[in-house]
Amino acid sequence: MALTLQFIPYNEIEELGSARRVKKLLDIAKENKIILLEGRLKKEEETDLIAITMEEIDAKFKGIELAVINPSSKDKTLFRRIKGNFVSLMLGNRVGFTIIGPATVVKEIKKNPDKIELFTKEVKKKKKK
Amino acid sequence: MKKFINKILKNIFKKKKHVKLGLYGPPNGGKTTLANRICQDWLGEDMGSVSNIAHETREIQIKEQINIKSKGKELSFNLVDTPGIATKIDFEDFIKAGLKETEAKKRAKEATKGVIDSIKWLDDMDCVIVVLDSTKDPYSQVNITIIGNLAARDIPVLIVGNKTDLKKSNLKKIQAAYPQYGVIGISAKYGKNVDKFYESLFAIAA
Repeated sequence: MALTLQFIPYNEIEELGSARRVKKLLDIAKENKIILLEGRLKKEEETDLIAITMEEIDAKFKGIELAVINPSSKDKTLFRRIKGNFVSLMLGNRVGFTIIGPATVVKEIKKNPDKIELFTKEVKKKKKK
Repeated sequence: MKKFINKILKNIFKKKKHVKLGLYGPPNGGKTTLANRICQDWLGEDMGSVSNIAHETREIQIKEQINIKSKGKELSFNLVDTPGIATKIDFEDFIKAGLKETEAKKRAKEATKGVIDSIKWLDDMDCVIVVLDSTKDPYSQVNITIIGNLAARDIPVLIVGNKTDLKKSNLKKIQAAYPQYGVIGISAKYGKNVDKFYESLFAIAA
């Protein structure tokens, strides 16, 4: 099975309101595409995404797998934290990446500070007689 | 003048109300087991049913006026047990867990509504205990989203690493993932370390 990875630059969602952002991302996920979004959603938008995902679950759409990669979260020194906060202030939520995959395609996204592992679902092939 | 009077009245009622203490987390972390432990310890009764199948709690459960005591201090709160928050729900997982198809579909439908309700209730909480399964990956986005949302709302948080009785339990991993929060390891099922848990609860809710 071929996987489709759709990159969405932050400027594509920058001008949209929260509800439209969430809808845009969810609509793409429902097309069985894995989204690689530049930056991240606001905290409240993340919960909105989960809540609206729940409303949309049906026989075909089972939900999403979600992971946010934020490089600044590893910075521990005061200077780096201040620098990170300044960059966030200047660039908004452009820092990092968000991966959203439909649960029918993506089984699990494992994340630890050093790496991201994306596990896809195995597709059972029908045997030809 | 009217605004001033309203402010005073609001403050009076605010001080009189009970603290709403929410139990949040992913499904099967042990929220209801912990709720039952708290209720058994201080009220002598259970709060809800528990199961190995995920999404056993699908409705918000509230137990009012729980008074706990620790080291001469008293704390009174309303305990709110919430359905586990997930990003995906597949009825086929419930079938694999042994439910019949009709039952599995009904459970899935109710579970989705439960997640929505849990999210809606976030705004109503005064403080929250995030219950994580200490045998599982603490970096899951659901955990990060819940904790991040509570931080954005300035709601005090205590993280509980549950199931420390299990061999795979790794509390240090949770502490490393959320270094800015208090993390306490317990076994809600066997009552291990609950005294320390109550002490930590005073620190965030009193």
